Amino acid sequence: MLDTILHILVPIAIFTFIAAFTLFAVYAERKIAGFVQDRLGPMETGKYGSLQTIADILKLLQKELITPSLADKILFRIAPIIIFVAVFTGFAVIPWAKDFIPANTHTGLFFIMAIISIDALGILMAGWGSNNKYSLLGSMRAIAQMVSYEIPVGLSLITVVMLTQTLNLNEIAIGQGILTNGSIKFLGFWEVNEIGGFFAWNIFQAPHLIVTYIIFFIATLAECNRAPFDIPEAESELVGGFHTEYGGIQFAFIFLAEYAMMFLVSMLGVVLFLGGWNTPLPNIGAIRLADWTTGLAWGIFWTLTKSLFIVGVQMWIRWTLPRLRADQLMSLCWKVLTPLAFICMAISAIWRILIIA
Amino acid sequence: MIFKTASHAFRTAIKGLSLTVKHLFGARRSRQELNIKNDNYFDRQEGIVTVQYPAEKMPIPEVARYQLQVDIDDCIVCDLCAKACPVDCIEIEAIKSPEAIGKTSDGSVKRLYPAKFNIDMAKCMYCGLCTVVCPTECIVMTNEYDRSSQKLTDLIYGFSDMTDEQVAQRKAEWTQFQAEKEAAKQK
Repeated sequence: MLDTILHILVPIAIFTFIAAFTLFAVYAERKIAGFVQDRLGPMETGKYGSLQTIADILKLLQKELITPSLADKILFRIAPIIIFVAVFTGFAVIPWAKDFIPANTHTGLFFIMAIISIDALGILMAGWGSNNKYSLLGSMRAIAQMVSYEIPVGLSLITVVMLTQTLNLNEIAIGQGILTNGSIKFLGFWEVNEIGGFFAWNIFQAPHLIVTYIIFFIATLAECNRAPFDIPEAESELVGGFHTEYGGIQFAFIFLAEYAMMFLVSMLGVVLFLGGWNTPLPNIGAIRLADWTTGLAWGIFWTLTKSLFIVGVQMWIRWTLPRLRADQLMSLCWKVLTPLAFICMAISAIWRILIIA
Repeated sequence: MIFKTASHAFRTAIKGLSLTVKHLFGARRSRQELNIKNDNYFDRQEGIVTVQYPAEKMPIPEVARYQLQVDIDDCIVCDLCAKACPVDCIEIEAIKSPEAIGKTSDGSVKRLYPAKFNIDMAKCMYCGLCTVVCPTECIVMTNEYDRSSQKLTDLIYGFSDMTDEQVAQRKAEWTQFQAEKEAAKQK
């Protein structure tokens, strides 16, 4: 009985978090966009425009749901649900703190890769179901992009898994801090089990993981369909891409999925490369900073801080770099990221044999 | 080849990102210099440029051409402004007076009553020609520019200060004067 209640409460908590995060992130995004362009961003709704996104969501909730008369009604209706659920389910296997994880499975990473691929299906359903040329073009681009970029993402995940030897995200995170049972070596030679802190993070355990993380970051940016890889939406050429025909709560769900995806990939990157819920502060002699800043509340705090920082970087990049052309997008994926990821994977294999084992 | 491309892309991306982050942190301040006439106007390149309009305003040039204003006491109802107007937005109706009504502030003698002096600001193209031709300089352009309204007819500004009774009375006076003159001629 208690289990059943917990199984209901956890998704509700995660959904609440995603909704709150989206409201905050949209506001932050608009403010960052404003500041980068020497503007002020929203200023009129509430103090410094702080109620802007609440006003936006209230507007969206009140709107009528319009289905185009020639749309494929079933696909059109269920597409936003599939898009959102695919991303939402991904949160099930990501740890927030030590053993504080909705579902502690041994195939967590594989599960995430599998479930996020369904997002592409939802986008194709939305584009096809809308029966609109812009939507269809947008979703075709989205599919081409998401399927291509899944390869560098997958390869960079394998690069990490080769070193950690586990697909369980909870164990991957444990292996990057003072709570581990195995041995952690900073850059492969300096034992840092006692020191912990950022020295123990995966990207510093093996230096090629820095390159891998950059590949992972760029590729997941494309997976989220965010600028500079936002050609599926491309407001200036495709109206709104695959969500052109959506309005009201359906549009809100597509939007929610986009921001949830941003947070999900940031959190995944944090868990795999940046120490997960482990503290960045090392133990220095008698000053046990790492010991003091480890625990359930601290774990959640560090996960949130790191993930929000990465989300901030995503927004910063969005308002800096111009959108890539479709052919540039493909050549970046196939000619640069994929070969680099393969090289990193090879280095990982050699690292595993020569340095760790 | 791939490393060269990748590192070049990386370097250029860093360049752009450092530029935007500079502006992001520069946004803590607002640009103070709003007056373009100041010498250092173009030196201030950092900070927010937004002018939050109703709360703060930019200084406007002295010779700026905005809303028209007529000082009806100085008007001699010569109709020159209406004739000069390229878009015919000024509508004047005059009533003749039997004797001089008075003098304007620059000494011109007024002989006509302005029964109607309407300017349709919705039609006005802000060329300022009417202010140039005015002999008594009673029609001027002010620095007032925010006069938007919900109704188009609100943009027709009436400057005549005569009531309907006064108009009727002046008309009657003139008709009577004409009649008297006619009668004097008959004798």
